[in-house]
Amino acid sequence: MQIGRSGAIFLRQLYLLRGSPARVVPLFGWVAIDIVLWGFITRYLNSVSRSGFNFVPAILGAVLLWDFFSRVMQGVTTAFFEDVWSRNFLNIFATPLSIWEYLLGLVFSSIFTSSFGLVVMLVLATAVFGLSFIGYGLMLIPFLLILFAFGIALGIVASALVLRLGPAAEWFVWPIPALISPFAGVFYPLSTLPAWMQAVAHVLPPAYVFESMRSIVAGHPGSPSGLAAGACLVVVYIAAACRVFASVYRRAVRTGLIARYSAESIN
Amino acid sequence: MESAPAKVLSVTKLTKRYRDTLAVDGISFDVGRNEIVGLLGPNGAGKTTTINMILGVLEPTSGSIQIQGLDLGKYRSRALQHTNFAAVYAPLPGNLTVRENLRIFGLIYGVPKLDERMEYLIREFELERFRDTKCGVLSSGEQTRASLAKAMLNSPDLLLLDEPTASLDPAIAREVRAKIREFASRGDVGVLWTSHNMYEVQEVCHRVLFLSRGNILLEGDPKTLPGEHGKESLEDLFITVAREPLELSRI
Repeated sequence: MQIGRSGAIFLRQLYLLRGSPARVVPLFGWVAIDIVLWGFITRYLNSVSRSGFNFVPAILGAVLLWDFFSRVMQGVTTAFFEDVWSRNFLNIFATPLSIWEYLLGLVFSSIFTSSFGLVVMLVLATAVFGLSFIGYGLMLIPFLLILFAFGIALGIVASALVLRLGPAAEWFVWPIPALISPFAGVFYPLSTLPAWMQAVAHVLPPAYVFESMRSIVAGHPGSPSGLAAGACLVVVYIAAACRVFASVYRRAVRTGLIARYSAESIN
Repeated sequence: MESAPAKVLSVTKLTKRYRDTLAVDGISFDVGRNEIVGLLGPNGAGKTTTINMILGVLEPTSGSIQIQGLDLGKYRSRALQHTNFAAVYAPLPGNLTVRENLRIFGLIYGVPKLDERMEYLIREFELERFRDTKCGVLSSGEQTRASLAKAMLNSPDLLLLDEPTASLDPAIAREVRAKIREFASRGDVGVLWTSHNMYEVQEVCHRVLFLSRGNILLEGDPKTLPGEHGKESLEDLFITVAREPLELSRI
């Protein structure tokens, strides 16, 4: 493994971002709109609720963390799509670059792009809507790490999906966070869900993050054991995602799909 | 110190089968140092399939490929460190400038003194005016020159060129051929070259392999091979290979 080769993939992403508003604005545009929208919704809910419950950390905090996860996932897939869009597979995979170095390059790109979005969200949520993360304490670190790692795992699987099914499968990728969010209990306790959805939730690492976050917001301690379970799960997801990508890549090399990727074969 | 193997490329009984289609049928050949070998044949003969297998982007059904004595199947990364390629169907990403593309591929190949090497190749391929131009807006000839600069970044021992002069006008094609010949004559590089331009092949290649239906039908010096098979020119021989390969295989 040579980090310099992964660095080349990251550098490519920096070059593409430099001087390309079409790539830079989405890094923070959608998440900023989300924070503004949900910031006002939570303010409104606080004003009409007689319970005295503060919706800002519960709802706006959840939106921020979920958007962070989505940006991490999209950071991986967007860096991968750059090779799809520029039909660059032959150039990139006919080099000494290994798939692990390539995937690490996608992760580096995602760290950079998702951090950009996270900073913008934190500034907006704290400065405009008074969201404070002090209450989360050190638990914020495992929250972010688990969501980051799960975003990476899903990004790798989504890239494998597009590699397997062809460029048009890109449209399967964008809604993935929206499909997961009802199961992950982003905005409500898992107990709200029917039993079968709860069963699904228990194998999703973000569900442990949001349960723990709500517990802290309600004035209870977080759930270190729940977070440990989420952390163990996410390690399994990352390992499985890498395996899936490697398997799809090997198949693409066996069938010749890498060399004629734009042909969009699903055979 | 390990001495470099005599052959930069050794292909042995290489086969590629797609379900019921045999694209490459157990071919064997070598490319030596300072040698330019032409891989010729009609469309669908298996040339690009063979090149893709040598580039490691297509897994052979059976057979072996050794680059600089390294088995590609076992030591993919190390073997590919010694190769590079340019193909008309694989232009550099059009959304990056010439310099950005060269830097990225230079880092992937681990090219030492990358800045110097890039500047040398930019000068060598007369890309000075385009170093900060996005590759997508370059003309075909300029894009080919940029691809060739990338192909020579790591001073490869084995250079694979798949129709490098297709879509170029004759004047630029001649310049490009001269550059490649110069490059090949300078180091210990071996070149595997595919082309449909028989004049070019005769001018550039030391040896040619005629591929038809996945088999090597003929092999020899492009200047003498047509006469050996009762043909006036390499083009006549090519047409015979394309239309009547069985007739030739009986010779």
